[in-house]
Formats: sequence, C-alpha cells, structure tokens
Amino acid sequence: MYTHVFSTKKNGVSNGTLYKKTFIEHFEQAPMYVAVLTFVGFGVGTIFGYLRDFMRAWGLEKRNIAEEREQQKDFVPLYQDFENFYTRNLYMRIRDNWNRPICSVPGPQFDLMERVTDDYNWTFRFTGRTIKNVINMGSYNYLGFAETEPTALKTVTKELQKYGTGICSTRQEMGTLDKHVELEKLVAKFLGVDDAMVFGMGFATNSMNIPALVGKGCLILSDELNHTSLVLGARLSGATIRIFKHNNMQSLEKLLRDAIIYGQPRSRRAWRKIIILVEGIYSMEGSIVRLPEIVSLKKKYKAYLYLDEAHSIGAVGATGRGVVEYFGMSPDDVDVLMGTFTKSFGAAGGYIAGKKDLVDFLRTHSHSAVYATSMCPPVAEQIIRAMKCLMGLDGTTQGLQRVRQLGKNTRYFRRRLHEMGFIIYGNDDSPVVPLLLYMPGKIGAFARRMLEKNIGVVVVGFPATPITESRARFCVSAAHTREMLDTVLNALDELGDFLQLKYSRYSKSSHPELYEETRFELED
Amino acid sequence: MDFKSMKYYLYWLYCQFELITCSYLMEPWEKLLFYTFNITMLVMISYTAYLFIPVHISTAFQFFLHLLGNQHENAVSVVK
Repeated sequence: MYTHVFSTKKNGVSNGTLYKKTFIEHFEQAPMYVAVLTFVGFGVGTIFGYLRDFMRAWGLEKRNIAEEREQQKDFVPLYQDFENFYTRNLYMRIRDNWNRPICSVPGPQFDLMERVTDDYNWTFRFTGRTIKNVINMGSYNYLGFAETEPTALKTVTKELQKYGTGICSTRQEMGTLDKHVELEKLVAKFLGVDDAMVFGMGFATNSMNIPALVGKGCLILSDELNHTSLVLGARLSGATIRIFKHNNMQSLEKLLRDAIIYGQPRSRRAWRKIIILVEGIYSMEGSIVRLPEIVSLKKKYKAYLYLDEAHSIGAVGATGRGVVEYFGMSPDDVDVLMGTFTKSFGAAGGYIAGKKDLVDFLRTHSHSAVYATSMCPPVAEQIIRAMKCLMGLDGTTQGLQRVRQLGKNTRYFRRRLHEMGFIIYGNDDSPVVPLLLYMPGKIGAFARRMLEKNIGVVVVGFPATPITESRARFCVSAAHTREMLDTVLNALDELGDFLQLKYSRYSKSSHPELYEETRFELED
Repeated sequence: MDFKSMKYYLYWLYCQFELITCSYLMEPWEKLLFYTFNITMLVMISYTAYLFIPVHISTAFQFFLHLLGNQHENAVSVVK
C-alpha cells in the first residue's frame, strides 16, 4: 500500500520552477479495519478453495477445470501454483463480470448481450435479448470519436470503397499506401516532431520496437507499474532491466547513479545505452508521470527517454497533445514518443515519433515493419479525420471543444467522488478514475448492481492489481453529458452507502451550505 | 440510505456480513456449511461464557477485596 497520503508540489517549494502548475496526486491509504476485513474475506475464500479442491481430487465433485491427463500425474504438477488456485476458486465465482459481449458501438451508451449461467459461471448461454442503452464507463473513448454518425464517417466510407479493407502485405514489401504516408506526416505535425511511423497494433508497437532500439549490454530502467507490452518488449530485447518505484524520482536517480558508477555487472564497462521507460498516464492508478523531473535527470546523466503515451495522447494537454504539452515542455526533450490510436482516436494501431534518424532506423530494423501487416486504410482514414478535427484543420473548433469537455467532465467527476467520500487514486487531471473496493466480495456485488442500474463498469482484481487493492476503474469521456455523469454519480452514492465503500477519512461535506447557517452572533 | 425499518437494517447488516466474509460468492450448500459452522461456534462460545464468566468475576472480586485489606466475610463472626 502507498505510504504518503496527499502529495502536493507547488511552485517554488521542493522542485523550484520545474512544475508550472500544481501537481496533486492522491494515494490515500484505507483505515486499518479495511485491510483486516479484506484478509478475513480472502481467508474464508481460500479455506473454501481448499475444500473444493479436496472434493474435486477425491471425486466428490465434477471437475470442470483444466487438469493433467492420467499419464501425466506423476510428472511435475502444472496447476498447483497460486495463480491457478486463485483462478479456479475465486475468479470463477465472479467471472460473469468480465468478457461481457457488446453489440453496438462503444460510445457513451451501448447495448449488451444478456447472458445467464446455470452452473455458477462455468458455462454461459445467451438468452437472445439485449440490454439497451447501458451507460458506458469502461471504454477508452476519451474524446468520443467512437461514433456512427454518417456525416462524421463520410470520408471513412469513401476510403473504404476506394481501398477495401485488406492490405495483404507488410510495410517493407507492398504494404505502404499513400494513406500511411499522409498519416505519418500528420502525426509528426500534430506532435511537433520531425517524423513518425505508424503500426497496425498498439501492443505490437511496444513489444516489437523496443528490441530494435536496445540490445545486450544496454540498461533499461522501467517503472514498477509499466504495461505488459513494455515489459514484454524489454524482456525480448535481452538488455538488463532494473525497476524503480512508481513515479519515484529518488529511486530513479539512485539507479542512474549506480549504473554510471558501477557499469555493467561483471566487466565494469560502461553501459552502451541507458533508456528510461515510462508511461504518460498509468491506466491502473490514474497517475501522470513526473516528466519535468525525469527530463532533467536524463539530461544530467545522459540517458534516453521512451515515453508511452497510450492513454494520455488526446486526453491531457490544452489542445490534446499529451503529457509533453500538459507540462509545457518541448517534444525535443523526449527521445522516443510512442502512442496508440486505440484510446482517444477511436481506431486501432500505434505510432513512434521522434527525430528523423530514429524513425528511418525503425523503418528498416523494426520487426513490426518487416513482418507485420500494416494498418488498414479505413482505420488510417479514421485517425486522419480525428486528428484533423483535433488540430482544427477541418475548419471547425469541434476538436478543441471535445478536449475542453473532457477536462471539465474529468474535474467534475473526480471532485464529486472525492466529496462523497470514496478513495480515488491518481492525478486530478487524468480521465482514468480508479475507485478502490478492497474486499473480494464487493467486486462481484459492485459490478452486478451497477449493471442492474444500467451502468457498465470495469472492475479489476488480482493479478492486474495488488491482491488487497481491487478497484473499479472509470474512464470519463468527452461524449458523456452532465446528465449521464449525474446518473452515474447518484447510483454510486446509493451503492456506496449500501455496500459501505466510502472509506475516505478526508472527504469534504457535500452540502457545506447546511452548516453555514448555524453561525451567527448575537449583538448585545 | 434510509433505514425504513428495523427489518431493513437487519437485512443490511446481513448483507455486510455476506460481503465481508465472501459468503455472497458461495453456492448454497457452501453457505449452509459456513453458517452452520459459525452458528455452532457462536452457540458454544456463548454457552461457555454463560457458565463460567459469573464464577470468574466473583472470584476476581473476592481476590481484590482481600488484597485491599478487607477481611473475609467468613472470618467475621459474632462471638457471644
């Protein structure tokens, strides 16, 4: 659990003039009784897990899960570790809250397929009905570009009719279209860098390009809570990986100093390259990276910076250009700018942008460019139209309005949740809002009851989060209206009281005007 | 949240117990087993408390009285 409660850095205090505006993040720790009760819940769940495993082993109960064949029973057991135990006995009980199929565009409201289970979540069947107009608080639709209006998608349909959907080739063979060249120029102009390259899949952008940039003899300093794509890319590259504590600059500086003083482990030679892997917004915590401090550290110790702006591009910043603009810094400070088009642009794919030498190198040496199919043309056109809308090139101010609406919605939602007394993690400006639930029994109850009220949320537990800190993660969108947010907040208020989720010890009263009237002075 | 009646309040307390001990997630036969075990333990502990606590309290009371200098009731007798 995090140890500091409120972390506030104002101008002129600890970092001098590095931060141009206040940087407030919350990582409140819950009261002690919550931790105790969480462990009680997990204890009971574990005891019953052992009981069920015992019954399955002795044939008293039908086995529905994966297990070894009879001939393999004398070999090393495959399914006895904690993760499999947890999946069999705890995850299966609340499995109906995940992988829910949807049958409409994931806009601010969507339709769900109704499904029921007859044997406690081992199998599901669809009843054939759909649940209509469920408020969507889980999709990464930050700017609301996931829409089906014909006027908005005019150019996309035109390109679909011109190019079709398949590319049937890789970038280096015959898969580079004029659409890709146009898109890359537009991305470079949007971010304010020399050049950019786009890939068909966001996860593959990270995992296939980091091995091209670093290799053996290099050092990777990666944040504790980095996404799996960054971890996979780092491991595939073969470089040495060291982890620093989440957003903790003292930890990072210590690692950098040790790396420069001691060099490589046995030969004590200098590292060929030191690269720092961070994300713009961390999707499970809602925290924003401390970019000014990292850039000053990187300049001091001559390291490189790889910034993954998957969630922050389009979502933060005055005109939606990501964390670089949010902190008022220049894009030349960051060596490799990476991002995805899945979240704010309503499309699929990723990009890497930076100096021209870097992008030219990646065009020839990246696994993704050589072997993976390139982005499909209608998707590229969707990104082009979304980016033109954001930059104002289509003649309207709709893009800027969307960014402002997202900022307003984020601040309103977070302020109301703080006032109600929930524990919310993360920075005040990030559209990802994790609400802490802690106890395992409440994960299932929360998701089911919210669906009954026609609101779809994403709940997260172990292994994506630490085992005692399960949470519900809301993604605010520019397409949400005030009424939708108010509906959700009222439902949360009610549910928070019923399930006792308001653990915060620092909540302000939500009706301060009621207490003002009692103060008056009698004049004698 | 409005506590409409005592019954609603008791139902709400029962829901809290279910959520905290994960019995909300259990199948009916598991719940039966869990509640039987809990109620049995509760009954046994309360019965033990009912039998032994008064005796313990009065023994402790007498011990402290003796410590503070008061004589035992039996030691004081009317001698004619």
